[in-house]
Amino acid sequence: MDIEVLEGVFDANEKIAAENREIFAKHKVFAVNLMASPGAGKTSLIEGTITGLGGRLRIGVIEGDIASSVDSQRLKVHGIQVVQINTGGACHLDANMIRQALEHLDLSTLDLLIIENVGNLVCPAEFKLGEGLRAMILSVAEGHDKPLKYPLMFSDSQVLIVNKTDLLGLSDFDMEDLRATVKRMNPGITIFELSCRTGEGLESWTNWLYDQATA
Amino acid sequence: MLVGGEQPRFREESFSMHELAVTESIASICLRHAEQNQASRIIKVNIKLGELTGIVDHYVSFYWDMVTKDTVAEGAELNFIKIPIRASCPHCKKEFEVKEYDLTCPECGKGDGELVSGREFLVESMEIE
Repeated sequence: MDIEVLEGVFDANEKIAAENREIFAKHKVFAVNLMASPGAGKTSLIEGTITGLGGRLRIGVIEGDIASSVDSQRLKVHGIQVVQINTGGACHLDANMIRQALEHLDLSTLDLLIIENVGNLVCPAEFKLGEGLRAMILSVAEGHDKPLKYPLMFSDSQVLIVNKTDLLGLSDFDMEDLRATVKRMNPGITIFELSCRTGEGLESWTNWLYDQATA
Repeated sequence: MLVGGEQPRFREESFSMHELAVTESIASICLRHAEQNQASRIIKVNIKLGELTGIVDHYVSFYWDMVTKDTVAEGAELNFIKIPIRASCPHCKKEFEVKEYDLTCPECGKGDGELVSGREFLVESMEIE
């Protein structure tokens, strides 16, 4: 006997993500899902963003890592609320992990919540968390040919931050090629070029993020 | 999963590969529908899979045997129906197949095509007995 099912495989996750979105809306918290491969500069960008916003927004961070609390220790010195999620091997964060982490945050004292996803260009793109902004980083060191290799993340992100621009000229990275490829895949995407190391370009990003979070 | 303080809290829904997580999700959907229909066995599962999703069907099939062991879904065949990436041009209304993830309209050349298909990932139907 054939039976019709018609049920989405991500439906269970997306239901919880929708509930998370309601929680963020209720507390007027702007949530950013920050995705990138390991070493692209996620934690550095968060540090740069905290400094760049200079107290204009009250910031909290959820740190997702397979193991360790290295990153959350690094962020705690900034005097912000940080919750560490160790996925115990899982390659991505899902909406239910965020729900559990939210129990450890006082959302009423936050304006901006940055969720640092597990370092990975593949899996995090599949799992919605309830975020208001899907952001990704690509570093110059990784090469400009990544969009066609990891299409979902480049197609689905609303903003792309190209980090480590201080390394331009030391490799064959072609910024124009990257911009053209990404725009063909995702015409609506906003692209920033910056260096967390030198601080160049950070201000445009933080001002843009401020506008998004307070819109 | 460890969250917050130092107390490890493990969650049985956490897996090491996203294909494993989605295979569990597929199995849970199938087993629920099998029970609702009082099935003694699931023979075949038809799954629609858009080509823009990052899911590798080979891995799903690999995990399927492990995940469904000792259930009515054990031994069921997974049939993946691949859905090509298609977009529609908001200007000239042309619908086209997307090649190399490029949303540029082949008819009028405008670059802001809107996805019509390619993101599907659903259990469409099952054959049970």
